[in-house]
Amino acid sequence: MTEAVDLLLNTSLWAAVLRIATPLIFGVLGALLCERSGVLNLGIEGIMTMGAMTGWLAVYLGAPLWMGLLVAAASGAFMGLLHATLTVPLGLSQHVSGLGITLFASALAAYLYRLIVEVGDLPPTIEPFRPLDVPILSDIPVLGPVLFGQAAPTYLALLAVAIVAYMLARAPLGLAIRMTGENPHAVEAQGLNPIRIRIGAVVAGSALMAVGGSFLTMAAFDSFFPGMVQGRGWICIALVVFASWRPGKALVGALLFAFFDAYQLRLQTVVEGVPYQLFLMAPYVLSILALIVVARRAEVPASLMVPYRRGER
Amino acid sequence: MRLERRTYMPLHLVVLAPLVAVLAALVLAAGLIAAAGVNPLMAYGEMLRGALGSQLAITEMLTRATPLIFTGLAAAVAFRAKLWNIGGEGQFFMGALVSAWIGHSLGLPGWLGVPILLIVSMAAGAALLAGPAFLRLRFGVDEVVTTLLLNFIVLLFVGLMIEGPLRDPLAFGWPSSVPVDDAFRLPDLVPRTRLHIGLVFALVAAAMVWLVLARTVFGAETRAAGLNAEAAAFAGISLQKTIMGVALLSGALAGLAGSVEVMGVTAGVTTTMSPGFGYAGIVVAMLAALHPAGVVAAAVFVATVFVGADAMSRATGVPSFIADVIVALCLLTMIVALLFTTYRVRR
Repeated sequence: MTEAVDLLLNTSLWAAVLRIATPLIFGVLGALLCERSGVLNLGIEGIMTMGAMTGWLAVYLGAPLWMGLLVAAASGAFMGLLHATLTVPLGLSQHVSGLGITLFASALAAYLYRLIVEVGDLPPTIEPFRPLDVPILSDIPVLGPVLFGQAAPTYLALLAVAIVAYMLARAPLGLAIRMTGENPHAVEAQGLNPIRIRIGAVVAGSALMAVGGSFLTMAAFDSFFPGMVQGRGWICIALVVFASWRPGKALVGALLFAFFDAYQLRLQTVVEGVPYQLFLMAPYVLSILALIVVARRAEVPASLMVPYRRGER
Repeated sequence: MRLERRTYMPLHLVVLAPLVAVLAALVLAAGLIAAAGVNPLMAYGEMLRGALGSQLAITEMLTRATPLIFTGLAAAVAFRAKLWNIGGEGQFFMGALVSAWIGHSLGLPGWLGVPILLIVSMAAGAALLAGPAFLRLRFGVDEVVTTLLLNFIVLLFVGLMIEGPLRDPLAFGWPSSVPVDDAFRLPDLVPRTRLHIGLVFALVAAAMVWLVLARTVFGAETRAAGLNAEAAAFAGISLQKTIMGVALLSGALAGLAGSVEVMGVTAGVTTTMSPGFGYAGIVVAMLAALHPAGVVAAAVFVATVFVGADAMSRATGVPSFIADVIVALCLLTMIVALLFTTYRVRR
């Protein structure tokens, strides 16, 4: 029991929390952006897989790491455009289209990987983003490694939270996105185009999701394998509900979730006699519980999943 | 240019939609095959030969189609009532696991034991979906996310069971559960192949689902609940009861898929026994436009792609993941094709 408590005092646990949270922060922000404009994007699981593959592949083929991040974002934007085309102007079922995107993007990522990369006994690796080593700051006990010893994209994720939060709360563009999710007819009456706003939000949100996926292969790990996203996309969809569609709360949700994930990984090593699968189940069970707790009082965007057709009521 | 809702759905469009969708998906995938440096027409020829070119190939394809018919029916039944059951994969594994669990030591003759195992697996699948359905009805929790997350939980649970209490001490290499008793192995349909009588079970299930949906009050209620929930409630249909009924039926069908696969093919349960039967069932249901008869045809098509792609991959070196790409593309092209059966384009 004391060992379990000792784990909480371990700096490496808290450093791991931010690392594990990073792909979730990108993913939940992306899903939130799509849903705030009124489009559910269940393509997230596949888009994260796609980003994990394309970003890694670009670096494997010789591009610098930051270029890999851009390539991942572009591949996510492409998949987002596909989802947006099917669900916004055509008004098709967002559930079915999203699942289709997930199946398609996951399969395409695996296919292209096998086609381009020679896989031997061990999967090939790249030189990933390394934890920063800021002079002086990184040497502060506890806080140093936790706050100043992360890989660069982690800071990008935190910056993205601030930007999205500011935009949605204060900027005219954010207001237009929120209004499109609540009442697209009112947006039209303002002389804005709700169709374009939705497409833009889904494309941008999908790019964020893909960057989140690329963190898995370009910082947390250094190689790609199909199925490596392992439900993180679905967890992000649950986290958006948990966060009541608010970026700040989404960050808190992702961090909380990452804490439990990091803690269960370490608990496995000290608690004996409990099958490891029970620990691995915890994150998924936790997501479902979180949904049950908040579902009743969730402030769902009023026009989420309602297709908009001009002149149709 | 704008879309206008059709007042009626012409039959030729209903039949044409999946054919056009499949053709479009094959054309799109041809680009990816060409990128691998292989002539797409030759590759598709190899696929057809691999899935339909011999008696053995056809029996393999039908063996693969059997669970897909069940999971396709499961998705079709649920989607008709707009209950988004994406948990077919988990329900499949639950059905498989309880079949192996109980079927290992159930000292009964086959004619009695097989029906018992089928019923138990139906109960397991139904119970697994009853949870998310209850959460949706009681707390308003979206069932898409809960059923998806349950897939991961169930797969871990299967891993836990087959490495622990249900471990087969005689299995080599990868962990497997204990096998079902030989008395409960389903008889072969064609001697010396893997094709088993489960295919007949699947066809009977499709016919029964069709009867229930087309000829019973419950079937009419599910359709009403899916088309317009408010109007259905106004007409005096209990949405709670209908959705729960749909969930039990859908989960039971997916559970059957796992049970039949265990008794017919694998005997024991492994975590790799399903190449995504649950997820592919969603594509099968959509290609079938949610019609039970269409499910059988669509399952045969999807099985042809999967079995054919393995053979094609061996012959040409194109990664066999192309099968997943084709099947996913079919889902996307099909929903677009379905749009044109319900809407027409007006200038």
